Amino acid sequence: MSSLRRGWRALTWYVTGVLGESDYQRYVAHLRRVHPDAAVPTVREFWRDRYAAQDANPGARCC
Amino acid sequence: MRSPEHVELVRNDPDLPPVAVIDRRPMTTGKKLIFAAIGVVAAVAWALVAFVRGESVNGAYFVVAAVGTYVVAYRFYARLIEYKVVRPRDDRATPGEEHENGQDYAPTDRRVLFGHHFAAIAGAGPLVGPVLAAQMGYLPGTIWIIIGAVLAGCVQDYLVLWLSTRRRGRSLGQMIRDEMGSIGGAAGLIGVFVIMIIILAVLALVVVNALAESPWGVFSVGMTIPIALFMGVYLRYIRPGRVSEVSIIGVVLLVLAIVAGGWVADTPWGAETFTLEPVTVAWLIVGYGFLASVLPVWLLLAPRDYLSTFMKVGTIILLAVGVIVAQPAVQAPAISSFAIEGNGPAFAGSLFPFLFITIACGALSGFHALISSGTTPKLVEKESQLRLIGYGGMLTESFVAIMALVTAISIDQHLYFTLNAPATLTGGEPGSAADYVNGLGLAGPPVTGQEIQAAADSVGEESIVSRTGGAPTLAFGMAQILGSFLGGSAMTAFWYHFAIMFEALFILTTVDAGTRVARFMLSDTLGNLGGPLKKFRDPSWRVGAWICSIVVCGLWGAILLMGVTDPLGGINTLFPLFGIANQLLAAMALALVTVVVVKKGYLKWAWIPAVPLLWDLAVTMTASYQKIFSPEPSLGYWAQHNAFREARAAGETSFGTAADPAAMDAVIRNTFLQGTLSIVFAVLVLVVALVALWVCVKAIRAGGLPTTEEPDAKSATFAPSGLISSDAEKEVAAQWTAYYEENPDKLRTGTHA
Repeated sequence: MSSLRRGWRALTWYVTGVLGESDYQRYVAHLRRVHPDAAVPTVREFWRDRYAAQDANPGARCC
Repeated sequence: MRSPEHVELVRNDPDLPPVAVIDRRPMTTGKKLIFAAIGVVAAVAWALVAFVRGESVNGAYFVVAAVGTYVVAYRFYARLIEYKVVRPRDDRATPGEEHENGQDYAPTDRRVLFGHHFAAIAGAGPLVGPVLAAQMGYLPGTIWIIIGAVLAGCVQDYLVLWLSTRRRGRSLGQMIRDEMGSIGGAAGLIGVFVIMIIILAVLALVVVNALAESPWGVFSVGMTIPIALFMGVYLRYIRPGRVSEVSIIGVVLLVLAIVAGGWVADTPWGAETFTLEPVTVAWLIVGYGFLASVLPVWLLLAPRDYLSTFMKVGTIILLAVGVIVAQPAVQAPAISSFAIEGNGPAFAGSLFPFLFITIACGALSGFHALISSGTTPKLVEKESQLRLIGYGGMLTESFVAIMALVTAISIDQHLYFTLNAPATLTGGEPGSAADYVNGLGLAGPPVTGQEIQAAADSVGEESIVSRTGGAPTLAFGMAQILGSFLGGSAMTAFWYHFAIMFEALFILTTVDAGTRVARFMLSDTLGNLGGPLKKFRDPSWRVGAWICSIVVCGLWGAILLMGVTDPLGGINTLFPLFGIANQLLAAMALALVTVVVVKKGYLKWAWIPAVPLLWDLAVTMTASYQKIFSPEPSLGYWAQHNAFREARAAGETSFGTAADPAAMDAVIRNTFLQGTLSIVFAVLVLVVALVALWVCVKAIRAGGLPTTEEPDAKSATFAPSGLISSDAEKEVAAQWTAYYEENPDKLRTGTHA
């Protein structure tokens, strides 16, 4: 049972990593460590800024 | 701690655990035996693929030969490149660590980054190219997809990734300018833009050919747009940040859309509404490209990208399982007569150079150089991981290409050519198509018109005659393979449309992202011209965004419409241009890499990028030469152009496959444009190659030259190099874990083993 749970956790860790879902946690961890005084954005704010950045600086997809 | 012989631990700070493990331990006997065994198995599989004749060859041999070769190449050749050229230094901070901002610069676990990078490089190219190349038989394609990837494609991806990682993640165009001066840089920039346009046009043409006259396909692919919009709104207003949740909802809706497509296409109303002419589909795609370029990313582009990633990985796994479980028998010959005589219906030209042009992305893809410079370098944790991500990522792509090839060569040869010969040859009807393919002298029993129609019915399509472009062929093959063990004949039509759906999804994702990137390139270039155009530099200026989007969509849309209405059958005239463009981009990237390797003084190892560069130049220049100068009208654009002009001047009202004067004028126009583009591509790449040669000579004379590599910054973190951590790496990682437990304020993300 515990190995099943571990496997599930590894899978979700991987999928959320590849899709970028865990980027918010990563950003918050970064802020806490490097800029502990900075205001931490909410999830909603983070994703708005994220897509705004993508709007201004698009990445290519391959053929 | 235990520090075995040949393992060196590098510290940058005496108070911190080591930041790098330099492991020079020789291979253990056990490992040597394992690699020897893998090598032997791969060699046996190669021998079976190459020499077994008469009896049908099993599709699974190809998978074994490929995987065995990849393992050996990754362990030995990629290692050689690492030792002699890349010389990674893990005590140096990567851009991700040095400039970490938690967003675009962020050290990311190597396994996650591998998935990320692979999702960015994998697209429809490695699926479509091998399918078309199957007209030459299975052997040439197999050899090039595997050997080409090992010696050329992976080398390019790995080394461009390395260059960009040592330059703060700068883009390919910028690096060409920095290392080769402004002339090379300008040629590179224009080249990238023109190539982008032609790639978008040809990929869109593949989608048009897959969706035209297919109500099922149009409905289910069209539904992806409302699904994406729903996902975008969900992510913005309902549950922000729940990316995997919304992706799963999206995939379920997508599967429903495929099933519903079958019902809709069965109703008279649905069949009438969604049966569209090719030209209509083309206009819809141009309109879609424009919308995607001007709408905000969160609404359409981002959610489509999530869907695309999910479908990409899922379908590739499904296809791999399918090939291994179903083990389809190969129907194609080892080498067909078209390879030698160069008169194939899917694309013209003989094996050299056109096989290499056609396979393109599966073995060597210039487009990857754009991905490898930019995003991925800003996310990598350690230089020693570049081998896994760059070289390993491209090996995976080559594997996808091999599976696409196996799928195509396991289709009945008569049906394969029914699908892939242009309508001007097949006549567009099952009966005439049967006559045509039976006259090709293919192996196997002749086919009848009824059998062709039955094949179309089995996948729920009106017709499978002249569905060129590769996507319908791949979908047809996949439907047969997957249907053979998942759901049987009842599910074949579902699997066909599933495959069409994911190919269209890939391509439309490339089209919308590519249009956006091209739009930004255009507005940057205009803005840099100065004067009143300066305004274009401001990305939030909506008018500028609209103007540039219209120009970009207009450019690729014009080429797309030209291909759709081409009396000669769009794919076989345009696909070579796509392949040449892609391979020329690879030549630019490899030229850059060679220049840097020579500048750094690694002259002895310059052959590692120089051999694929010279090969690629030989292929592309021969192909360009033939496309420009060949007197054979089916091959040379200008020969075709002149033949039609002369016929028109002589007052003829029909000529060759053009039935009326308007069609003749269309051919004259199209061939002029295609011929001109061929010349432009060839000249741009020759400029880059000559500048590269000049810089190399200068560097050799001077005994090496400075490069624009960023100065060292000291790393203060650790991460393992390979997919699986070694014992020494695990020990160091444990030290870091203990260190972070004592100093929780220092904790960084992405430092686990």
